[in-house]
Amino acid sequence: MSSFASPAAQRPGDVAGTLRLLAFLAMSVVLIVLDHRGGWLDRARSTASVAVQPLWQLAGLPSRLGQTVREDAVTRSLLADDNRRLRNELLVMGARQARLQVEAEENARLRGLLGAATRHGLDVQLAPILDVDLDPSRQRLLLNAGSNDGVRQGQSVIDAGGLVGQIIAVTPGTATVLLLTDLDHAVPVSISRTGVRLVAYGIGRSDRLEVRNIPVSSDVKAGDVVVTSGLGGRFPPGFPVGTLVDLRPDDSHAFLIGELEPSAQLDRGRDVLLLREGRPPAAAGVVAAGSVDATAAGAGEGVHAPEAGAADTAPAAPREDAVPARPSGPDDARRVQAPASTPAPAAETRR
Amino acid sequence: MNRRGRLWLLPVSVLAALVLGLLPLPAMVQGLRPYWLALVVAYWVIEEPERAGLGLAFAAGLLADLTFGALLGEQALRLVIMAFILQRFRTQLRFFPLPQQALSIGGLLLNDRVVAAALHLVLGLPQYPWLYWIAPLVGMALWVPLFLGFDALRQVRRPR
Repeated sequence: MSSFASPAAQRPGDVAGTLRLLAFLAMSVVLIVLDHRGGWLDRARSTASVAVQPLWQLAGLPSRLGQTVREDAVTRSLLADDNRRLRNELLVMGARQARLQVEAEENARLRGLLGAATRHGLDVQLAPILDVDLDPSRQRLLLNAGSNDGVRQGQSVIDAGGLVGQIIAVTPGTATVLLLTDLDHAVPVSISRTGVRLVAYGIGRSDRLEVRNIPVSSDVKAGDVVVTSGLGGRFPPGFPVGTLVDLRPDDSHAFLIGELEPSAQLDRGRDVLLLREGRPPAAAGVVAAGSVDATAAGAGEGVHAPEAGAADTAPAAPREDAVPARPSGPDDARRVQAPASTPAPAAETRR
Repeated sequence: MNRRGRLWLLPVSVLAALVLGLLPLPAMVQGLRPYWLALVVAYWVIEEPERAGLGLAFAAGLLADLTFGALLGEQALRLVIMAFILQRFRTQLRFFPLPQQALSIGGLLLNDRVVAAALHLVLGLPQYPWLYWIAPLVGMALWVPLFLGFDALRQVRRPR
């Protein structure tokens, strides 16, 4: 292409054009730096995001339509199959819930004996993921629920497998989730088997997390389940984060780096649950009919419905379905010792 | 060239490009998604230099950054660079036969990928998956139909 350029054609417009280029480049660079370092543009950004919200809705429309069409088109036998399968799952879940209920009560009693602080209930809200592709180099999700639905910034997001991420921006109709796997994300975790406390960092890949600075001497091995430790206060304790798949020494050979496989499904096209911890005691009484009340007993069983099996019959508000969050394994994620004696590595978002 | 009316086409095409960029694709082919916005901006910079220039590229890029949740200013920078190169070579590009024009656009899109990769390298952000280096080829293939489609919409008659 450049061979066609007349080399010495200095038109009068050229200088002005170059100046304009430089001005725009400078503006872009300033914006990039402001946004990258310090995140000073957060407020402006969230305001401006309201304007692009219709675009997100529009882009999410085809897949929602597709889903509707599929749901309308499925045959009776498929529906019957679905129904049977769900009924069986419900039965199993109900049995599991009943057992967990007993254990939770026992746990609460033991906690009472120990004089330990009782945990607040957990309020859960179901939010559909808006099916759009965002910038592939960043790990984000868009939810089709915003401040109009009561979504707040900073809420933890989970799915049936475990922790998904947290809400970082809210518009009236949508909310942005920063996934665990984003480069900007870190979550305080502990190994459920031994209680070793660590921090899991996102590395920008959707299928991996990294746990750095594991002391060589610590009791950590591949296959260990890692759960949130609750330190730092942002994430409630006991939600599965991932499974250790690989351990390797870091550059200094004094520590290990562990690779985690996230336990939550971090792709799009499903529903997720937003946690609202009943922080003020008064708020615990305002818990909506269909919401899930839980005394998170130590950890894994995290959320459990008041009555097992009530979930399907409750004609609750559509976004407040009582969906019990199932821990990845029945028992493995239940022993988190979190003696909060050491200061928390409390860095949820590094910026 | 007929420049009467059709003022709506520019904003509508930019918005359409943004929506096309958001549409969910299967994870396997996500990397092949062409940079629709760049193609649209390139068309307008080539065909209507009075209305479309660096300002349009910058504004469209900012909007895209907001929409895609990317770093604010990243696509603005990339599109401004592309628009500037297009402006410089506009007189030549306009008289290229379409296939050759498509080739040049492919080169520009590749250059855009290089700029993006360099930017991510400097800022320490994760790089795009390698599949994204094939996207310029898709964009190149789409240039001819896109160009003819826009011409038809604007009812431009030109001897080709």
